[in-house]
Amino acid sequence: MRLPRDRGLLSKHVLHALQTGGSLPSGLWADHGPTADLLHDEDAQLTLWVLYELHYRGFDDAAGDLEWDPALLELRAGIEAGLERELRAATAARLRQVPDSGDVGEQLLAFVAADDGPSSAAYLQRSADRAQFEHFLRQRSIYHLKEADPHTFVMPRIDGAAKAALAELQYDEYGGGRAPRLHATMFGDAMEACGLDRTYGAYVDEATALTLAVNNQMSLFALHRRLRGAALGHLAAFEATSSVPARKIAGGAERLGLPAAVAAYYSEHVEADSAHEQIAARDICGGFVADQPGLRGDVFFGAAACLHLDGLAAQEMLDHWERSS
Amino acid sequence: MSPARPEVSVRICPGGPLLVRGATEVLGPDGAAHPVTRPVVAVCACDKSARLPWCDGTHKALPGGRAR
Repeated sequence: MRLPRDRGLLSKHVLHALQTGGSLPSGLWADHGPTADLLHDEDAQLTLWVLYELHYRGFDDAAGDLEWDPALLELRAGIEAGLERELRAATAARLRQVPDSGDVGEQLLAFVAADDGPSSAAYLQRSADRAQFEHFLRQRSIYHLKEADPHTFVMPRIDGAAKAALAELQYDEYGGGRAPRLHATMFGDAMEACGLDRTYGAYVDEATALTLAVNNQMSLFALHRRLRGAALGHLAAFEATSSVPARKIAGGAERLGLPAAVAAYYSEHVEADSAHEQIAARDICGGFVADQPGLRGDVFFGAAACLHLDGLAAQEMLDHWERSS
Repeated sequence: MSPARPEVSVRICPGGPLLVRGATEVLGPDGAAHPVTRPVVAVCACDKSARLPWCDGTHKALPGGRAR
């Protein structure tokens, strides 16, 4: 993957530092901020996404090994602190309804079920045209081409029943030992069949701030041991909001006569995520909280943050489609 | 060493599917064999799935279910 285009002064400086191996100007984040709405700040979200990607696939045109560069990490920490603060503030009201004891798995599934946020799946099922469907695939490709990767970072930070269950879930995400069944590869197949570019990061330049934020949130939770509870709660909410929408999206792909690989990808998620949502809520999160009762609140925070951001991203998608219809 | 016969376990999820581990196939209502291709499968327990014998989340839309 090549470095993306900048979206403002902050990302411009960071991309230049990555290209040249040169130093960052000091006080870059202080000069940029404080920002009132970090989730919609595309300059900050792109910067954070680029900094996180150093820990995933990296960039072919970046200079040297900058994954653990102190100045880049310091900038990342500044943006992350703002993002976590904003997510905690945005989910506080939603989290007041969560009991502070009882069956974690049952409560997580009920918490997700009580969410009445917007969903793009029904529109894809019934109304979207091919261009709108492909727009959805391009935005979603930022995540799906590295599907399941963020949560793998959590594996060595947990133990026992939660670890065994997370490994079981991830093994399925990674194709159960069969490379063509890697979910990220199946998504790439779907893109290619539609005539889209399946190259990792190909559509980053058109990813919205919210699309980038959805991805950054996962990396924020997964790359900090302190936030491992939030990462697992996020996974539970993510899986529990997948199988029913996937069924609708597969139906939309068939309605439009899209290549079979598209419906195949979403149909795979109907069956896989019907199991994953139970495993993630009951075995992963339930097992984790039994082991780490002090992190119960963070598990629900992660779930709430997932619902919050996915809701914002879905509304943005619906608004975009309304304008383009 | 792996045992000669895989150990099969079934977990009942209240209000949801059965999680089946270690099976090689699941017989549908019509007796047809459906091969198991993943480490753990969710088998429909509400009989309303459009993809029987597999769970497709339809239980959430049933009365008393976790509608979304």
